[in-house]
Amino acid sequence: MQQLWLIPCLPLVGFLLLVLGHGRCSRSVARLVGVGSVAMAGLVTLWVALDFYSAGAAQSYQVQLWPWFNAGTLEVSFGLYLDGLSLSMLFVITGVGSLIHWYASGYMWQDPDYQRFFAYMNLFVAAMLTLVLADNLVLLFLGWEGVGLCSFLLIGFWHQDPANGYAARKAFVVTRVGDTAFAIGLFLLFRELGTLDLPTIMALAPEQFVMGANRPTLIAALLLAGAVGKSAQLPLHTWLPDAMAGPTPVSALIHAATMVTAGVYLIARTHEVFLQAPDVLLVVALIGLFTLLISGFTALNQTDIKRVLAYSTMSQIGYMFFALGVGAWNESVFHLMTHALFKALLFMTAGSIILAMHHEQDIRSMGGLRRQLPVPFWCFVIGSACLVALPPTSGFFSKEAILIASWQLPGYGPWLWLGGVLGAFITAMYSFRLLFMVFFGPQKAHPHEPKGWQFHPPLMILGALSLVAGWFVLPTATVLPASPAGHPPTWTIVVAIAMPLLGIGIAYKVYVRHQWQGLRFVQWQKLRQFLFQGWGFDGMYKRLLLTPFTTLAQVNRNDMIDGLPKLLIQLSRFLHGLFSQLQNGQLRFYIATLASAAIIVLALALKVL
Amino acid sequence: MQLLGIIISLLGGGVLALIVGRQSAAASRWLSLVSLAVASVFYASLWFDTTDPQATSLWLLHMDWPWIARFGIHLLLVTDGLSLVLIGLTLVLGYVALLSAWHEINHRCGLFYLNFLFTLAGVVGVFSALDLFLFFVFWEVMLVPMFLIIAIWGHEGRRYAATKFFIYTQASSLLMLAAMVGLVLLNLQQTEVWSFSWFTLTQTDTSGSLGMWLMLGFYLAFLVKLPGLPVHNWLPDAHTQAPTPGSILLAGILLKTGAYGLLRFVWPLFPDAASSFAPMAMGLGVFSVLYAAKLAFAQNDLKRLIAYTSISHMGFVSLGIFAWNHLGLQGTVMQMVGHGLSSAGLFAIAGLLQQRLHTRDLDKMGGLWGQMPKLAALSMLFAVAALGLPGLANFIGEFMVLVGVFQVAPWAASMAALGMILAPVYALIIMQKGFFGTAASTQTAGTSNVLDLNTSELLMLGVLVVGLVLLGFWPNLIFTITVAPVEYLMHLGKGG
Repeated sequence: MQQLWLIPCLPLVGFLLLVLGHGRCSRSVARLVGVGSVAMAGLVTLWVALDFYSAGAAQSYQVQLWPWFNAGTLEVSFGLYLDGLSLSMLFVITGVGSLIHWYASGYMWQDPDYQRFFAYMNLFVAAMLTLVLADNLVLLFLGWEGVGLCSFLLIGFWHQDPANGYAARKAFVVTRVGDTAFAIGLFLLFRELGTLDLPTIMALAPEQFVMGANRPTLIAALLLAGAVGKSAQLPLHTWLPDAMAGPTPVSALIHAATMVTAGVYLIARTHEVFLQAPDVLLVVALIGLFTLLISGFTALNQTDIKRVLAYSTMSQIGYMFFALGVGAWNESVFHLMTHALFKALLFMTAGSIILAMHHEQDIRSMGGLRRQLPVPFWCFVIGSACLVALPPTSGFFSKEAILIASWQLPGYGPWLWLGGVLGAFITAMYSFRLLFMVFFGPQKAHPHEPKGWQFHPPLMILGALSLVAGWFVLPTATVLPASPAGHPPTWTIVVAIAMPLLGIGIAYKVYVRHQWQGLRFVQWQKLRQFLFQGWGFDGMYKRLLLTPFTTLAQVNRNDMIDGLPKLLIQLSRFLHGLFSQLQNGQLRFYIATLASAAIIVLALALKVL
Repeated sequence: MQLLGIIISLLGGGVLALIVGRQSAAASRWLSLVSLAVASVFYASLWFDTTDPQATSLWLLHMDWPWIARFGIHLLLVTDGLSLVLIGLTLVLGYVALLSAWHEINHRCGLFYLNFLFTLAGVVGVFSALDLFLFFVFWEVMLVPMFLIIAIWGHEGRRYAATKFFIYTQASSLLMLAAMVGLVLLNLQQTEVWSFSWFTLTQTDTSGSLGMWLMLGFYLAFLVKLPGLPVHNWLPDAHTQAPTPGSILLAGILLKTGAYGLLRFVWPLFPDAASSFAPMAMGLGVFSVLYAAKLAFAQNDLKRLIAYTSISHMGFVSLGIFAWNHLGLQGTVMQMVGHGLSSAGLFAIAGLLQQRLHTRDLDKMGGLWGQMPKLAALSMLFAVAALGLPGLANFIGEFMVLVGVFQVAPWAASMAALGMILAPVYALIIMQKGFFGTAASTQTAGTSNVLDLNTSELLMLGVLVVGLVLLGFWPNLIFTITVAPVEYLMHLGKGG
């Protein structure tokens, strides 16, 4: 375990080398550093994992690097913590991360800012690894904000277009709303428990808190707000579709596989606190459910290939939240892993398609691409099959487990299950709509597929992993509580398998056979528009928050408090005018005032005497 | 002796710079550099003295000469860890400001460097004088040269700005003088001894309503300097109109004298009055954080925008001090240092942009990322430092202040935390308007080649970056020095 510190350090060194050597080294050196550092981190992860397993998996390691700051009773250190949960995240980040870096080294080859791109990417990986390895919540917050910064930098990577800058700022500010709630949660947690050390919090929370009392509920709600912002869940989800302005490998790495799942990680990491707040856990499940349904419907109406995938990501993370909420902790992290694989695959395939189509992203101008782009086609089929949870792909195992667990939840279980199954149906609809519109039908364009060792191998490896990952076993069971026991009736499993097939069938009818066009809501343009724009959240925030704030800022741009000293200036000018009239140079006025003043003074004097 | 050495080498350097400045501008620049270097040598020897294992006492250096014996006024120069940190910051930012003045200040150089070095000397004096009268003298010494720097070398609206600056600070320091005399008389009444010494006066019983009025006199003077709402109005004008080195000194160091005053004088001298006034002061702090952040967002003059961000950050200082617990105070110290470095960086960047583009108007900039990648990267770094990104010094300060305030006033801390949302709103708008997009048509019309940073400019900003990152990861460098003085101040401020 001694080499644990190397894992976040290697990408950080890569970042520093790329920044300090800016403009001094060639593209191939930049590629070597950028991809190599993450791949090395992956190798070290394997090494650490071997140690971890050989020592028996039911344990955890805490490594103190150096004290960060301490004042009063607050002691925070740079310390790393490894257990089954963080190890699982390490696999996802370094494994999928290496493949995406490999792919990106080809995808970005033509870009003039190649080196800057890999500098940001390496910094991102370093921050993300810090986030999952942190042994205290302040260090976790450092990683948390660090990945947010890298997300900002990479969404706005193509800085020539101001719209990218706008999207990047939106992502940063909206997630920062959640981050602020998270920070307040930390303050409260520190006040209540007197520590921000994660293992200590996990040990203290069940002892110190009364289940369902105000304090754990408030803390959990604040942490949840942080998670919701980072993971693009309702109501802080509006930044993710716009974040697609970044290069496609960025979308695959940050906005599908890793950063957006940080919220899930946070809740899983602090599960002892959430277990003391059952009300909040129900809210987690409901947020997940609503997000997965709403973004599923929205995905069904998008025309930009990356935006479809973005809404799909929100929807799948919705499943993860849903799972956390119903107590299927392990299943949630498992879905996180499978989703990271197949969504990265889908995004990278989409990237290949976009390059082949000369940066065209509108699926209405695609069609019939399966003959020209066979490798992307098959990769996309695998990815979509995982996404809609067709057996025996990895997506099937993870999603099925979540649905089973939701049925088991006492009370609301079957209702939640119903929502989840409906979500599975919609997922199948929009995924195969996308597949059919891009790869089937009449051919509309002449793509030129990028080939070579940087494009096909990573896609194929990810495709193979997505297919078999259902049989992987993550070492999370020793960390997270088990899901509710019991077996649901067999018919529920049949329904859960049948729903996606039904969705695919309908998608086939509508988008390949062009029948049942009523399902496309062609007659209801307003409804389509509403769905297309993501249920009007952007408009609502604009009216409720953005416009009032900017208007207020513009109206009071010159600071009304500055009026006070200005008033003082006016007053003294006015008095100056008033008194200078007395000094008018007329002798008779002086004599008159002198005489009257003398009389008044005399009169007063007489009265006093 | 070292303290006197620092002050005299700065004052003497100033006078010499004026004399040689008549012959050669370059000579006055080099002379200022030399005098800063001499001061730094004195500072370094102070540092070595204090890390001496024998000298682990709270008060690191004591110099006490009688001055006006009739009223018990002494030349009392003392440092503890707190002063040591702030004097260090003063010298570092002195170099940065000097480098920024190097090419920007081209007329009446001798006079400029006289004022420049006198300001620094005044600040060092303020941070080390513990005789209240001497403190007041230094307070004025740093004010008048700063006024001249704005009034003579400032931008287009310099006369209005300089006058406003002068009136605000002068009126408030008059209040402080009155309160000071009042306090000394109160002490005379109680002990029948004339004394202006901080050590004596902290023993004075100030619990009555008179104590409240005297406290308010000090508080107002320091609040103006900090600045906090609602007496902040001098700052946006002064910052905007001052030449770059002036802005760096103002934001980086002069504002810290206000915070230092609150820490060193308001609480220890008037513990009861300060603690009963604390909710009000924290309320004003929260108001400063949010209101100034909103104002910053609306500005299109880059320097004015940065000026408002300073007010917002100083709101955290107000909060941390009036929380008066260990976390709040240590956080305040870090916030002061962090803000000193990051705001100096932002003002330096604004100065560099103005030299290159001849405008401070953000609406007339754009697309600078493509033209000046290094400048863009450093601007990004200072912007994220200002918005409190973990890993940089400002985060440590803000975080600790908020944790500390949350212990005593959860609502104030939660409200002030909303500033975390507004900070990226104003910090990233700089990046959006200045660096994203393509070059604005008006901007490059006159200047055919917009140059990226040269070596000396990189050096100037690099010093600040190293400081921000170093303190972001090893803030204990400062905390280990300030822990003893902070505990002592807390002990005094507990009241009786």
